[in-house]
Amino acid sequence: MDIFRSHVLVCGGTGCTSSESPKIMDKFVEEISNAGLDKEVKVVRTGCFGLCEAGPVVIVYPEGCFYSRVKVSDVPEIVSEHLLKGRIVQRLLYHGETKEIEMSLDHIGFYKKQKRIALRNCGVIDPERIEEYIAFDGYKALGKCLTEYTPQQVIDIIKQSGLRGRGGGGFPTGLKWQFCANEKNEQKYVICNADEGDPGAFMDRSVLEGDPHAVLEAMAIAGYAIGANMGYIYVRAEYPIAVKRLEIAIGQAREMGLLGKDIFGTGFDFDIEIRLGAGAFVCGEEMALISSIEGHRGEPTPKPPFPAQKGLFGKPTIINNVETFANVAQIILNGPEWFASMGTEKSKGTKVFALGGKINNTGLVEIPMGTTLREIIYDIGGGIPGGKAFKAAQTGGPSGGCIPASHLDTPIDYDSLISIGSMMGSGGLIVMDEDNCMVDVARFFLDFTVDESCGKCPPCRIGTKRMLEILERIVNGQGEEGDIEKLEQLGENIKNAALCGLGKTAPNPVLSTIKYFRHEYEAHIRDKKCPAGHCKALLSYVIDKSKCIGCSACAKVCPTGAISGKIKEPFEIDQSKCIKCGACIGKCKFGAIEKK
Amino acid sequence: MISLTIDGIKVEVPENTSVLEAARAANIKIPTLCYLKGINAIGACRMCLVDMIEGGRGLQAACVLPAANGMVISTKSKAVQEARRINLELILSNHDKRCLSCVRNQNCELQKLCEELGVEDVPYEGKSFDRPLDTGSASVVRDPNKCILCRRCVAVCNNVQKIGAVGATERGFRTIIEPVFGKSLKDVPCVNCGQCITACPVGALTEKSEIQNVWDAINDPKKHVVVQTAPAVRFGLGEEFGIPVGTSVTGKMATALKRIGFDKVFDVDFSADLTIMEEGTELLGRIKNGGKLPMITSCSPGWIKYCEHFFPDFLDNLSTCKSPHQMGGAVIKSYYAQKAGIDPKDIYVVSIMPCTAKKFEKERDEMAVNGLRDVDAVLTTRELARMIKQANIDFKNLPDSDFDRVLGESTGAAVIFGATGGVMEAALRTVADLLTGQDLKDIDYECVRGIDGVKEATVNIAGMDIKVAVASGTGNAKKLLEAVRSGEKEYHFIEVMGCPGGCVTGGGQPIVSAQDKLNINPYVLRAKATYAEDAGKPKRKSHENEEVKLLYKEFLGEPNSHKAHELLHTHYHARPKYQ
Repeated sequence: MDIFRSHVLVCGGTGCTSSESPKIMDKFVEEISNAGLDKEVKVVRTGCFGLCEAGPVVIVYPEGCFYSRVKVSDVPEIVSEHLLKGRIVQRLLYHGETKEIEMSLDHIGFYKKQKRIALRNCGVIDPERIEEYIAFDGYKALGKCLTEYTPQQVIDIIKQSGLRGRGGGGFPTGLKWQFCANEKNEQKYVICNADEGDPGAFMDRSVLEGDPHAVLEAMAIAGYAIGANMGYIYVRAEYPIAVKRLEIAIGQAREMGLLGKDIFGTGFDFDIEIRLGAGAFVCGEEMALISSIEGHRGEPTPKPPFPAQKGLFGKPTIINNVETFANVAQIILNGPEWFASMGTEKSKGTKVFALGGKINNTGLVEIPMGTTLREIIYDIGGGIPGGKAFKAAQTGGPSGGCIPASHLDTPIDYDSLISIGSMMGSGGLIVMDEDNCMVDVARFFLDFTVDESCGKCPPCRIGTKRMLEILERIVNGQGEEGDIEKLEQLGENIKNAALCGLGKTAPNPVLSTIKYFRHEYEAHIRDKKCPAGHCKALLSYVIDKSKCIGCSACAKVCPTGAISGKIKEPFEIDQSKCIKCGACIGKCKFGAIEKK
Repeated sequence: MISLTIDGIKVEVPENTSVLEAARAANIKIPTLCYLKGINAIGACRMCLVDMIEGGRGLQAACVLPAANGMVISTKSKAVQEARRINLELILSNHDKRCLSCVRNQNCELQKLCEELGVEDVPYEGKSFDRPLDTGSASVVRDPNKCILCRRCVAVCNNVQKIGAVGATERGFRTIIEPVFGKSLKDVPCVNCGQCITACPVGALTEKSEIQNVWDAINDPKKHVVVQTAPAVRFGLGEEFGIPVGTSVTGKMATALKRIGFDKVFDVDFSADLTIMEEGTELLGRIKNGGKLPMITSCSPGWIKYCEHFFPDFLDNLSTCKSPHQMGGAVIKSYYAQKAGIDPKDIYVVSIMPCTAKKFEKERDEMAVNGLRDVDAVLTTRELARMIKQANIDFKNLPDSDFDRVLGESTGAAVIFGATGGVMEAALRTVADLLTGQDLKDIDYECVRGIDGVKEATVNIAGMDIKVAVASGTGNAKKLLEAVRSGEKEYHFIEVMGCPGGCVTGGGQPIVSAQDKLNINPYVLRAKATYAEDAGKPKRKSHENEEVKLLYKEFLGEPNSHKAHELLHTHYHARPKYQ
């Protein structure tokens, strides 16, 4: 085996790939070769490092230098300075909001409070080489299960670990496996739900792109535990890199005898196939997912029967999400006590969140359950840009709820989130600041679920649409007395009456914003004002005569000629002509134009 | 047995019973919309929600909730009542509510629910669809603006008939039940069976009405308008006038038709006897001369179109006989016209059918002789009922009368054409007499009667074992033909009817609501009336029909003669599934 003195890790996740990381990698290979270093320095394409905000990301080991926002043109300098002369390129090192330059991963606030279990190999190994996975104890857990544990012992370990489903519902994984194991049937199935539908979440994609074997290994373990020899990964076609790496991984695992017949010579057969989804949000719902794999329209069916009794093709089936599977091998190797030592009483281990919205460090973070929202947003996420005030965080994706500042110190776990009107969901976390109008935020999220409803049951199909129509009226200044109550009544009814999880959670953004920001709704309806100054129909732009010096800059930029006045005298905006585009505000150097 | 408590009442039901059925056993009527017994139980409409007090959580759909020991359920808690009402209001908020001019007015399950649940208002304004109607099909009109997306049509078309002409497309609020790629029903393998219409709780699926054409013909003094009624119509028509399901109204029907103003009232039962003469002879010919076997009946145009789309390799197995009413039309415009001294061009033939596929059939290129259509209009049983109402006729209290002569006589063999197995039994009665040369008395072939989707029998006639099979519903036909195709099964003669149960439960028959179907099976009751009428007929074999004999003597010569072929036989062609 070749020994290299340095490794250059280039992020090959989707975010960095779309900002040209493959070209950066090619450039490294070329420059290193030109410098005659190809026997000394190895370039590795890895999965996602998580700090997508700083991408494209390059890490050079053994120093662990974290280079951020690297461009192709920066590569010769890194090679000639760092790799050839040993001088770290300071200007490319990551610096956070504090402007303090951090040299390596361990020093960056973003990583300090994280505990990476599901993401352990992301950004560490080359996901397209099974050898690297094996070098990091890959497939050891499967070997251990097959040779040392009975299927029931495997289930017991998962049960003792307290692992709960990471896809949203939070159902205890060991119990799910037990139900399926209890079913008597020749044919059972293991499904990996990789239909990550929340547009703001991408931890599953990251795991598949950065550590695909972790999922394959866990699926085989699950298969052994429940008595299945076939697995399907249902992944959306919009994840081409993940699909490609999965295909490579499955091929390599088969070649090594880690999938297929007689694994480890134990007589256990298990194979995995990929099924591509077309990207419907509802196909993340397990019954809809099953229906889609079977070749039908992706629509949920009522439960019972549960998949563990009657799932894919009518056979007992377990469906676990990617992140859930990503924890399994670690639990087997480190023991259930280790896993259960992290987290809160009822939510063990870690959870990956996708930070987005008004936050400095957008990206993926994996934190122990029980970390507070404040720690996530301020310590890990680096706070809110521009020093603006935190207003709310939406967790759980489009069907989660908005959490106000008063709950910033709530330790985050499955149950605490539900108790404050939101949910864990997929782990999306969108931060909102003082400029966000909460009525419009609710409208925005509901617009998504209305569009993504499968259309099967009336509460979801028609009910959410009617709620959306009411919200649209409110943000357009046509809200009426009674609208809030109507929203509440409809929302509660949809939660109670809808067929599946999508419908039952769709009203969450509306109900939670009414709960915590009712005054904003009232201001829209009664005063016809948007307190955040966001809803166009409720705004007017006015010139403060005491501040205006009559320079006419605003009038020149106004596209509709709504602003007029005499030079050196205060100007005025004709409200009937103003289209509220905001161009004038940007031009005024004296802060004389206000949104009211 | 499972023991549970519903609304405080202890109920004992067998295992695998839904809470909906269990409630029924305690005389609790849980409202439903998407549920259709034996066909659709998908928990979609959320009208049958019940509150689980013990043994589960929250509101659950009773139609798909298995009854379990110890369950305590409320079907009328505040939460349930509120959920159902809001649900119904939501459905109404995107439904074309022009009820007064809807053909399903007063026979609409949605309307009935609104009454039962006391819906007073639709408090939701907002978008409501105004989509174009699909009027392309000769048989079925689809109105997406009335559709409530219950999927009963989808279930019957896809799961029962195994055709899948319609399904859900689009999603969310835009979801629509329609043929693939937004095509018209005429451009997909819809066989026009109309089972979707009888499954529809509202007016989203209806037959293409020809009532006005018929009135126009009746009111045209130049036209000689002749009507003929199919065997199954008389066992369903009464239901449209509040007469109990399973009552024969043959005599009242004949009287009503005369009062409407038809010039002659003939009976397709006559043509059914004629069909047996032609088809029986054809079968014997095929058996004796090594012709293509099994021979398969051709009375059902839904089945014929299904065969053309899905089993073109069996087209040569189909009997070349036209369906009975097409034979009737051809005979009316030739033999009758000649006898009555009327120019066939002035004759307008109306067929009253339990069937919507006949509307398509009559338009087929093959269904004409010398450029004259055999049949000019086809009305369903339901359309006839509407005409009777429009003609101010008090149907329930009408006296009986008989059909007009020369094409009005029929035997018991023709009467049973309407029930699955009936054509087979009628054929066996005649074939047995022909082969043995005797007047056999034992003519009740129980082996081919009954509700089973596929029936098989081996009948020994004159020392010959004749293997027969009967299938009703295209889904069952598929099962049967696949077994024949694979060589697993061999038969001499197969009867196929496109609709499950045969014509008595055809797509043109009166619609029985899903709630009523929980208590009664329309097939069983209508078939019972059918066999009772057969049993009471003085003649019960087709070849004993005097008017049929006269027709051969005076006009056709003998069965399968050249003239008979010209008028009474046809051919088929393979059809692409999509256009």
